[in-house]
Amino acid sequence: MSREEIFSKVQDIFRDIFDEDDLVIEDTTSSDDLEDWDSLNHINLVSAIEKEFKIRFALGELQSLKDVGAMIDLMVKKLS
Amino acid sequence: MPSRLSYPYHDRLLSKKKSIKKELLSQENFIEKNIAVLGGSTTSEIINILDLYLLKNGIKASFYESEYNKYYEDALFENPELEAFKPDVIYIHTTQVNLIHTPHTANTLEEIEQLFEKELQRYTSIWKGLEKYNCALIQNNFDLPPERSMGNLDFYDPHGKVNFIHRLNQAFAHEAYARKNLYINDINYLSSSVGLDTWFNKNYWYGYKYAVSYDAIPMLSHNLSNIINAIYGKTKKCLVLDLDNTCWGGVIGDDGLDNIQIGSETAIAEAFSAFQQYAKDLKDRGITLAVCSKNDFANAKEGFTHPDSILKFEDFTSFKANWDPKFQNMIEIAKEINIGIDSLVFVDDNPVERDIVSSQVPHVSVPDVGDDITEYIAHLDKGGYFEPIALLEDDTQRNKYYEDNKKRLDEEAQYTTYDDFLLSLDMQAEIKPFSPVYLDRITQLTNKTNQFNLTTKRYTFAEIENMASSDAYITLYGKLSDKFGDNGLISIIIGEIKEQTCHIDLWLMSCRVLKRGMEEAMLDALVHACQTSNIKTIIGYYYKTNKNSMVEDLFAKFGFSLQTQNGEDSIWELSIKSYQQKQKNIRVNDE
Repeated sequence: MSREEIFSKVQDIFRDIFDEDDLVIEDTTSSDDLEDWDSLNHINLVSAIEKEFKIRFALGELQSLKDVGAMIDLMVKKLS
Repeated sequence: MPSRLSYPYHDRLLSKKKSIKKELLSQENFIEKNIAVLGGSTTSEIINILDLYLLKNGIKASFYESEYNKYYEDALFENPELEAFKPDVIYIHTTQVNLIHTPHTANTLEEIEQLFEKELQRYTSIWKGLEKYNCALIQNNFDLPPERSMGNLDFYDPHGKVNFIHRLNQAFAHEAYARKNLYINDINYLSSSVGLDTWFNKNYWYGYKYAVSYDAIPMLSHNLSNIINAIYGKTKKCLVLDLDNTCWGGVIGDDGLDNIQIGSETAIAEAFSAFQQYAKDLKDRGITLAVCSKNDFANAKEGFTHPDSILKFEDFTSFKANWDPKFQNMIEIAKEINIGIDSLVFVDDNPVERDIVSSQVPHVSVPDVGDDITEYIAHLDKGGYFEPIALLEDDTQRNKYYEDNKKRLDEEAQYTTYDDFLLSLDMQAEIKPFSPVYLDRITQLTNKTNQFNLTTKRYTFAEIENMASSDAYITLYGKLSDKFGDNGLISIIIGEIKEQTCHIDLWLMSCRVLKRGMEEAMLDALVHACQTSNIKTIIGYYYKTNKNSMVEDLFAKFGFSLQTQNGEDSIWELSIKSYQQKQKNIRVNDE
């Protein structure tokens, strides 16, 4: 799966979780940019991504990531 | 109805919940309830999903959520916020991570005994602390820990945590069986059902303090909603079955009696027998059975004469085998049994028939059972449609009442006047103030009676108990028996006394004794009780719901005069000075 495909699927997941059909995310998007991106929705995002891509993030793996781009990079690594 | 909310649990439920909620909120006729969740771990998502399941069943909930892991403090100490919230239900979400006094290999047996008592007492004191809220308590039992350091010995040596948890769960069962207001959310079963490795996810525990994994939350919340549904009388009452390839393998009209698959001769026959046995078990605990099949009536009936058939023709209270559209038969079945159409659950192997019924009569529950007989039971069982809150003698008797009623209808035809018929029934009633032995049944009837119910107010056991012992209320229950059998406790009146006036807070009756004079007898008894308490006036209230139109004229019929009309609701007044006793065909309290 290419980075673009992953990115597009992740965007769909963001749209579902935040219930905004036209939400657009970018590599630089972080929890500071989305008002609804609180700790609860963060868990929902992680859970949905783990399900959709059938991957698992190790404990603490996500804590050091600064934005969506860094998360996608990590996913690319896991999926390759 | 969003199908994602039916068993099996849908993966996307968690991410799509906002749009699902919008869809659910477009329904009408919600009842509103306040639900407090006291958690020993994170509960946010459990509440979000519970909200959806409750909305699906017509309950709009407001939630109170304790601070993280503050369940014990919230229960035992002054809590103005929770008091102001006025909870109808309190759910205590504790799991194995919350166990404090667990045994250690160095402990003596006496010490383990003390630990056990201490741990159990934590919970009994929580329940006691919450008694002041007079509401239903739902308590998790315990799931097993993900590891067992003592291996299999963990189960049978008293030092084992597994052993300790099994003992605690036994004690919880014992407590809940003895207490009227405590319901157990059996997470021990739920976690077994999905497997502990799915139930508990360490990442989510260490990372977010969820003691139940995201994968298991829909199941947990659904199970909780089943208990709450049952508390508020929303449990389904009737299982409607298709016949060919649902009750037996094959097509009776084509294959003939000798060739349908039922019994233990083949694997398929065994699976159909297991399904019939499950339906029979439901019947034996008070769920009514009906048939809805496209079949020739004689053929359909013959199917149940098969020597290996567990179900017999007589097990069905309503039997529709004809060529009419099934949704029409559904309406007929509900009418015949005298229950709401939303009390029916329909099982059919044919997806087209399922679709016609669920689209034409959307209030009927139609689980998507597929066409594999081995899956049918799971859909019914895990769907939780028939969740009971207690096994009452009245439930196990209910099907007999319906059968007795059939005999009464046959007899009715032989008498020239209705009064003659009523007299011939040799009816005896017992109408008395609430007494402790009947409070369970009174609570149950209060929460499930929809049609003959003037105010449709719902009360918990504790509220009923309070009114029964208060001087500010007149309470009456009515039992009725006749020559065909005992109908049990079937009518309730609660009147609130204010300044020599009795306000009828609740008046309801089971429809199985409609038009037998019992409604008159109850009013006679209320007037009599008022007279002895020096009350001059009775005020009646009719609150319209979508189910109780059968009693909208009741007060007018009984000589009350209309005081206020407020939309479809109305308030009525009766001066009891010149009241004449209304019924004459029932002997009351063996006079």
